[in-house]
Amino acid sequence: MLYVVIIFLCLSILLYVILGGADFGAGILEIVTPSSMRDKFRDTTYKTIGPIWEANHMWLIISIVILFVGFPSIYTMLSVHLHIPLALMLIGIIGRGTAFVFRHYDAYQDEMQKVYNLIFTYSSFITPLFLGLTFGAAVGGEIDPEANSFLGAYIQPWLNLFSIAVGLFTVAICGFLAAVFLVGEARKEEVQRLIIRKAKLFMVLTFVAGGLVFFASIIDEVPLVDLILTEWFTVGVLFLATAAMILLWFKLGRGDRKLDRFLGGFVVSAILLAFGYHYYPDIIIVKSGENLSLFNSAAPEKAISSLAWALMIGSLFILPALYYLLYSFQKPKLVE
Amino acid sequence: MDDLFAARSQMALSLGFHIIFACIGMVMPFFMATSHYKYLKTKDTVYMDLTKAWSKGVAIFFATGAVSGTMLSFELGLLWPEFMLHAGPIFGMPFSLEGTAFFIEAIALGFFLYGWGRFNPWFHWFTGVIVGLSGLASGILVVAANGWMNSPSGFDYVNGEFLNIDPIAAMFNEAWFTQALHMTLAAFVATGFAVAGIHAYLLMKGENKAFHQKAFTIALIFGAVAAVLQPISGDISAKDIAVRQPAKLAAMEAHYHTEEAADLIIGGIPDEEAKEVNYAIKIPGALSFLAHGDFDAEVIGLDQFPEEHHPPVTVTHFAFQIMVGLGMILVGLSLLYFFSLWKKKNWLAQPWFLWLFALATPLGFIAVEAGWTVTEVGRQPWIIYEIMLTKDAVTPMPGISYSFYIFTAIYLSLTAIVGFLLVRQIKAVSQKPTLTPSTSSDS
Ligand code: HDD
Ligand code: HEM
Ligand code: HEM
Repeated sequence: MLYVVIIFLCLSILLYVILGGADFGAGILEIVTPSSMRDKFRDTTYKTIGPIWEANHMWLIISIVILFVGFPSIYTMLSVHLHIPLALMLIGIIGRGTAFVFRHYDAYQDEMQKVYNLIFTYSSFITPLFLGLTFGAAVGGEIDPEANSFLGAYIQPWLNLFSIAVGLFTVAICGFLAAVFLVGEARKEEVQRLIIRKAKLFMVLTFVAGGLVFFASIIDEVPLVDLILTEWFTVGVLFLATAAMILLWFKLGRGDRKLDRFLGGFVVSAILLAFGYHYYPDIIIVKSGENLSLFNSAAPEKAISSLAWALMIGSLFILPALYYLLYSFQKPKLVE
Repeated sequence: MDDLFAARSQMALSLGFHIIFACIGMVMPFFMATSHYKYLKTKDTVYMDLTKAWSKGVAIFFATGAVSGTMLSFELGLLWPEFMLHAGPIFGMPFSLEGTAFFIEAIALGFFLYGWGRFNPWFHWFTGVIVGLSGLASGILVVAANGWMNSPSGFDYVNGEFLNIDPIAAMFNEAWFTQALHMTLAAFVATGFAVAGIHAYLLMKGENKAFHQKAFTIALIFGAVAAVLQPISGDISAKDIAVRQPAKLAAMEAHYHTEEAADLIIGGIPDEEAKEVNYAIKIPGALSFLAHGDFDAEVIGLDQFPEEHHPPVTVTHFAFQIMVGLGMILVGLSLLYFFSLWKKKNWLAQPWFLWLFALATPLGFIAVEAGWTVTEVGRQPWIIYEIMLTKDAVTPMPGISYSFYIFTAIYLSLTAIVGFLLVRQIKAVSQKPTLTPSTSSDS
């Protein structure tokens, strides 16, 4: 049963990074879009992420619930030592969620829109930054349960080069995902061209940020490079991700929208898979003491099995409905 | 501000904020679906306009509710790690089921909001009903989790360890049913009166009569029926607490000394030093009757508990008085409305009648906040009743007061923006005469 829970946890994190990431990315792309194009660009984003954006958010909640029910010591360790970045991420989530609705539902389209846009775009940047930073900090090895200074316990675990690099990498991935998902949604030629340009920009940024992560891991002495280089699986998967990205560079927007999306999703899943495989089953690498893994921090058997049942029964309801939702909005309207 | 107090205040603020969105998210979909049903039956386009106007409200509140709920699921750990470390696996069952309920709610809302003209009208209507049902289900589930904090069960507590965990037994703890019943009714009361109040105010200003009269009627019928049932459910809760958490009951009633044929105290100012209540109205024997159904029964007072385990009496007592007082006012208003329906009087054209309901707009929500204050403050100093103290659960991180200030500022500005949006929404609705279904299908 523990494996069922672990599979659900991995899946919901993956889906959150991909679907939620594309959502955040839409806001990030807005920052780098010239103001003359912003309105047209925004039009495209609404059409694409409108119907399902709320559902994307659920994956985060599911992951958190799985963590606190199934792996309570991981959840509490993260929330104690990474309190500050998590709180900043929360502020980003609040800003983004509310600004999106506000700008969509305000009865008047006036000056207030500017305020909403500002909040929306910047919180779309902050949230994945701190989300990635949290991932980085969890495996960065700076969390120290025995620290007794404020700096050592609550600041150093996340305020380091490696975590920040992972944060920036996450931001780049989000922008990349959004651009790839949006290609083909644009009705206007110029928007389409803009999006393709942005997609390429973010591919480059993803590479640069990825390099930064490795570079930072060397400086911060996070044993990432040497371990990855000795694991053929990790190397293979990262290689495939790179190949897919190069393919995407040439294929993007040239025809098959499904292929574009598939490749985009594949790149990100492969990156997550590589790192997941590399660290599995550890989730938190600590400075002193025993690392927290999915096994040594799992809740008692009864809690795990009822969690697994709840998740399985839940997905029996959710997946068909979600599929039908996505399917119906691909079709044209019955009556216009 | 010390860290424990800051953490408690931040938790209270976030929950107090979330509960407003939660109530509206649970109840508004039912108003929306009723109006939609009326449209499908009568083809009266006013009902269509109303459905659309309300569905926008639902979308705004859903998203804000989701955001504030996401906050909470992090805050439980950020503020109370020691609590979550032990409680997570035990009271997690309702949260894991709640995930499903939220998901279904979000999906159904996607269908409803973006589905105009895409589906069979009755299927479309049904997705609206699903939004409401799954919202209700999630409300009931979280309340079951809160019930577990009041009435812990589903584990053995041996030498500070939580053994033999049974999440199902924890979910069906002794408090879940009374609390869930009372909370569900409260959501209907609060939202019903708030929505009806806003439409009463707009009627008074003479705008778009056909629209606002229909809106008022739908909202108030839900609210008024629930308001009449509320005291009955509250009485069940009180009897339950008398057995389950006598210290909470004693704090609610400012009942310091154990006695038989205990007096019910109305109003009054508790003196926590002298352990007595000044300036109160006393009804002989009534507390014994309310708590145990017998005018001579013994009611346990705070003297049965060590001083350091007393909940804050003044806050709990005042909150309880406010809740019950408002509850009675709302029952009165409901009966008045039923009277007008029975006598077929058209008081919706009478300014005094509209004023009365416009003034009652916030009362239900004030009662909800007061009720939660009773439940949560009345449980103090325990976070898990008689198992874990709140002060032992708080995060070791210092400086929580800064976090509290920042989040207070955020919540205040969000409240201001939501209020501002609502005012604009209402203005827009009353300025446009009537939308036809086809021109407004772009939403
Ligand atoms: C519209 C709101 C509203 C109204 C009019 C009332 N209540 Fe209430 N009350 C609530 C809203 C509420 C609540 C916010 O929903 C609470 C908090 C926790 C809960 O389960 O319900 C609550 C809690 C609560 C509790 C504590 C439950 C516990 O800790 O387990 C008691 C004893 C009562 N109520 C009793 C009453 C009585 C005797 C009322 C008579 C009129 C009454 N309530 C009206
Ligand atoms: C008694 C108190 C509570 C009630 C009645 C309640 C009820 C609800 C309801 C009905 C919703 C749906 C919001 C909507 O439709 O607008 C919601 C959202 C949410 N609540 Fe609460 N809730 C309560 C407390 C909590 C607590 C303590 C947590 C945290 C652990 C929490 C977590 C959430 C989350 C994560 C969401 C967002 C899910 C979504 O997007 O719909 N809630 N709550
Ligand atoms: C949404 C309705 C709710 C409101 C308005 C509410 C209100 C409050 C208040 C006022 C406090 C502070 C009490 C004090 O420290 O004196 C508090 C504390 C707390 N509540 Fe609730 N509560 C609600 C529902 C819940 C639910 C559903 C849960 C969990 C499942 C929960 C968990 C907590 C926790 C963990 C604390 C902090 C520890 C404590 O003070 O005991 N609350 N809440």
